[in-house]
Amino acid sequence: MSQTPLFELRRLSIHFGETQAVSELDLHVERGETVAIVGESGSGKSVSVLGALGLLPPGSQVAGRRTFAGRDLGRLSRREWNDLRGGSIGFVFQEPMTSLNPLHTIGKQLRETLRLHQGLRGNAATRRARALLAQVELPRVDELMAAWPHQLSGGQRQRVMIAMAIANEPQLLIADEPTTALDVTVQRQILALLDELRQRLGMGLLLISHDLNLVRRHADRVIVMQQGKQVETGTARAVFETPQAVYTRQLIDAVPSGRPRPLPPQGELLLSASDFSVTFKRPKPLLRPRPPAFVAVAPLSLELRRGETLGVVGESGSGKSTLASALIRLLPSSGEIRFADQRLDRLGGETLRRQRRALQIVFQDPYGSLSPRMSVADIISEGLRFHHPELTPTVVTERIAEALHDVDLPADCGHRYPHEFSGGQRQRIAIARALILKPELLILDEPTSALDRTVQKQLIELLRDVQAKHDLTYLFISHDLAVVRAMAHRILVLKDGKVMEQGDCETLLHSPRTAYTRALIEASSLT
Amino acid sequence: MTPNRRQRLSPITRRRLQVFRHHGRAYWSLWLFGLLFALSLAAELIANDKPIVMQYQGAWYFPMLVDYPETEFDGFLPTTADYRDPFVREQIDRHGWMLWPPVPFSYQTLDRDIQGPVPSPPDSRHWLGTDDQGRDVFARVLYGFRLSVTFALALTVGSILLGVFIGGAQGYYGGKIDLFGQRLIEIWSGLPVLFLLIILASLVEPNIWWLLGIMLLFSWLGLVDIVRAEFLRARNLEYVRAARAMGLPSRLIMRRHVLPNAMVATLTFIPFLFTGAITTLTALDFLGFGLPPGSPSLGELVAQGKNNLQAPWLGITAFVSLSLMLSLLVFIGEGLRDAFDPRHIVTSAAAARPTPANHDQESQP
Repeated sequence: MSQTPLFELRRLSIHFGETQAVSELDLHVERGETVAIVGESGSGKSVSVLGALGLLPPGSQVAGRRTFAGRDLGRLSRREWNDLRGGSIGFVFQEPMTSLNPLHTIGKQLRETLRLHQGLRGNAATRRARALLAQVELPRVDELMAAWPHQLSGGQRQRVMIAMAIANEPQLLIADEPTTALDVTVQRQILALLDELRQRLGMGLLLISHDLNLVRRHADRVIVMQQGKQVETGTARAVFETPQAVYTRQLIDAVPSGRPRPLPPQGELLLSASDFSVTFKRPKPLLRPRPPAFVAVAPLSLELRRGETLGVVGESGSGKSTLASALIRLLPSSGEIRFADQRLDRLGGETLRRQRRALQIVFQDPYGSLSPRMSVADIISEGLRFHHPELTPTVVTERIAEALHDVDLPADCGHRYPHEFSGGQRQRIAIARALILKPELLILDEPTSALDRTVQKQLIELLRDVQAKHDLTYLFISHDLAVVRAMAHRILVLKDGKVMEQGDCETLLHSPRTAYTRALIEASSLT
Repeated sequence: MTPNRRQRLSPITRRRLQVFRHHGRAYWSLWLFGLLFALSLAAELIANDKPIVMQYQGAWYFPMLVDYPETEFDGFLPTTADYRDPFVREQIDRHGWMLWPPVPFSYQTLDRDIQGPVPSPPDSRHWLGTDDQGRDVFARVLYGFRLSVTFALALTVGSILLGVFIGGAQGYYGGKIDLFGQRLIEIWSGLPVLFLLIILASLVEPNIWWLLGIMLLFSWLGLVDIVRAEFLRARNLEYVRAARAMGLPSRLIMRRHVLPNAMVATLTFIPFLFTGAITTLTALDFLGFGLPPGSPSLGELVAQGKNNLQAPWLGITAFVSLSLMLSLLVFIGEGLRDAFDPRHIVTSAAAARPTPANHDQESQP
């Protein structure tokens, strides 16, 4: 096509003071085309788009030529910018939880957008808002118009955000990690919806994602970015089939691979729970009877043998994390928990605290689970110093070095502080903190879901090595079956606190018995 | 990873110190206030009606520390020597020497040698004049400053101990403790403090300990809400949960993980507690329900200024010393608040060492 591209960036560079965030990026999006920018977190993919559209905070310097439908973006007035953004260019951001105003109904927020940009009022605005909600394939439109954001699920909110973005029939839709905060089953649906809307409205779609394999089916062209530089660009087909850069190959290969080590036959029973359930009391309204308790985990039984990994799978809200916390008695539960021939549910106070040494947990959020005020050595050794006050400082230092070595971190990072480390490294520190106590059972609560795919893969390999070395038993929680397959011997599928099915990993993945499991398998693109 | 390396300041603390240092006004206020307080602590060496050291007939005497009877210097009375008495002075000057502090009056010395009526205006003998009983105003301000600051210091420390303990327990354990604790505090904070103090003043002879005790009963209330909120928030942080999973007992978790969070809010509150304590004490003294008569107090000086409008040096001195003290404290408070604000950007450091976060200039092309 000889006509000017819809959106074009030439030699775009962005600086924050001395730091160069993006250097010399070339990009163009045609009408009706999907272009994906892919890279790990911190590679400058979001910054480049935000910078090009003047959405970065003051203090950043943007250089290079930027045009939208033939207009030079470098010379727009504030007013022209406002008309352009939200008018001809629509945005969908990553966080559907925070992008909607919690104080207004969905209908009101949609009508507001229509009033501001198109001057629609009253019935005309309501009709258009309904049509938009129907267009993003939301059910029960009438109810939804009067609903509040907190009543919607994450996927529904993201659909509402898309409805708002396309309300003014933009020529270009920018979707910045539109599916990252969503469940795997929902991710596919949202991407499919975006794709369909692009075809129907004939707009350009600029998709930003960290997951190369996710955009494979939807993008026409792909730009791979690393540390602010463009490493590879080309049609999706070319990039996937004949990747030129090493980094691109890494991203394509960043699929959890391998299988857990085979189990020793008939290992001894380490943890068993029977008739185990978790319920939360609901607040009692004044003058009315208390509503029935909320069942977070319905009565279930499970067994874990020494050296084994049990994967717990389910969407968010299915009770996976509650199950894990309650099993090690961080939450109150009912039913019997037996750990190494001891009734864990009957322990209390001092004995329970001593027993906790053998039951360790690694949390999902690598940023929140380390105290920012303590050095890494202090964080790792805190439990050790409490449970073994008899150890001399030299021994403690040795054990810290040992634990750091176990998780492949250099021994000299002990005196540094958590903020100096990346997400993957922090998760390693959290694992080291658990390992130093020489636990028997390690509960991993979504340890990889906040990490980039490439880092995820390394961490899974590390966890498998550590398990073999220390003969550990894992309870591995994840929403991603691809990760679970690489880790678990057996799988337990949870939905709304109920066990859907439970069984050997490979058998379950090959012949799932419930539709829910099938949907999960499909979403993780396992074949 | 030697132990001393582990105990060095955390980067957060170092950043806060840096921000505080860059906050020029607060930094200098802290120094000036510290200097004034240090000087007032040595008030006995600056303004006193006894010599610091003296020699009499070849022997050394330390009248500031030891009470000597007048007979020691060949006087007639077995009571403590009055070194301002012309006879004693003459005796000592004849047989030795005395080293006087720069201001030879203490806060309750009545100067009987003043020519003319009291209050007498400032002159070379009384730098800030005298009050209506012939007492040196400078000495009274010096001692009064010390008393105000130490009183405020004791009250602040006491309030923090009480407030953090009670707020912490409510926030960490939550549930019934929190519910009943909060209701109790609501009732308690409804009691009128000033009236209680006035009633008390008519029941007992009010001294500094009574005042401290009564005010302590109420001053911790303001802290509880902040500390409780911080504990409520922090007990669900992931690293606190991780510490619980490691089997650490509650007291250790609170001390190591939860308390540091709460202390940030508490520390920024300190200067304002401090100024509050000083103003209350001054107000009570002004009304006459405060410290016993004769104590060096700034509030009493304000009252004297009000009663002797013909002697403006009284009112002016009281005003200047009080406003200087309170302004310095407010400036320090502002600096502390900025230092503990994670969003605060060191602007004056930007010129010297540019870092990515502190560029302020608008630079959209």
